Amino acid sequence: MTASTVHLPGYAGDDVEAYLARPEGVQRRGGVVVIHHMPGYDRGTKEMVRRFAVLGYDAICPNLYWREAPGAAPDDAAAVARANGGVPDEQLVADVGGAAAYLRSLPTSNGKVGVIGHCSGGRQAVLAACQLDLDAAVDCYGAYVTGTPPADWPLKITNVVDHLPALGCPLLGLFGKQDSYPSPEQVDELERILLDSGKSFERHDYDDAAHAFFAVDRPSYRPVAAIDGWERIAAFYAAHLGG
Amino acid sequence: MCTYATMHADIDGSAKGPGGTWQHVTDATVYFDHPVHALHEHTLNIDLADPSRGPSNRIALELSATSARQLVAAINDALAAVPTALREDASA
Repeated sequence: MTASTVHLPGYAGDDVEAYLARPEGVQRRGGVVVIHHMPGYDRGTKEMVRRFAVLGYDAICPNLYWREAPGAAPDDAAAVARANGGVPDEQLVADVGGAAAYLRSLPTSNGKVGVIGHCSGGRQAVLAACQLDLDAAVDCYGAYVTGTPPADWPLKITNVVDHLPALGCPLLGLFGKQDSYPSPEQVDELERILLDSGKSFERHDYDDAAHAFFAVDRPSYRPVAAIDGWERIAAFYAAHLGG
Repeated sequence: MCTYATMHADIDGSAKGPGGTWQHVTDATVYFDHPVHALHEHTLNIDLADPSRGPSNRIALELSATSARQLVAAINDALAAVPTALREDASA
């Protein structure tokens, strides 16, 4: 496996830094775009990128905060992005699109690209899958895919309900039953909308897990849920990004 | 959870930051979310910064909710104990 920092064109042709991990060898393979969570382009996210390379995919994570804070520590960059009101959806989708195009341009690409995100990235993964040509999407406890943020919240965020009928690929959703953002009821709403729209949605809800159960260095980590979740992700991508 | 809620305050003062140097701070950002370092699932986070000095010139706090409330109370108590004439906001 090799891991490196690359640059690619994102929204409006902006230069965007990205972390790339690739398996050894020249065999054709799928790609995975990892959308980092609100705390940024951090060590934990990069570990996930490398894990997808171990699973056999070319994997990449665009630094969504590169514009605001090039070269800054991830937590400092996240603070700036948060103070600025977060990443606009239009910019996010185009950056993910740039990352997907980068993966498809690699000589090892089989043309298939999936997306995954956790927390805020879960919502963004779903949104990207509704607007881009992708082959599989994974939403790990993304808040406000459905549901309505309070009107007075400063961060400009809306749910993606209106976009869901345009979901263009199968979606895997992994959720904690003790989570409030998203709540089980909000996940129920997501499932109902997708099934009513004839979309492919695989859902797993974990006992004794709340938000961020995949985060190995946080108190929220739940190994039983995280281990099963990784197995679900591996099987899902093998089914939709293989060959 | 990620609350996504971010509060902002214009401030005027100084803080000791990266490299042990003092700097003027103009902006405070306050939010309750996952911490980077503190071993709680969620903390009340405060960033003090002067955005014109770049992203790395930030003084960051991650406090448990209880700690944050105690800090607010202590600040209010300290201000309340000051003779009105000594405060620059006395006429406000």
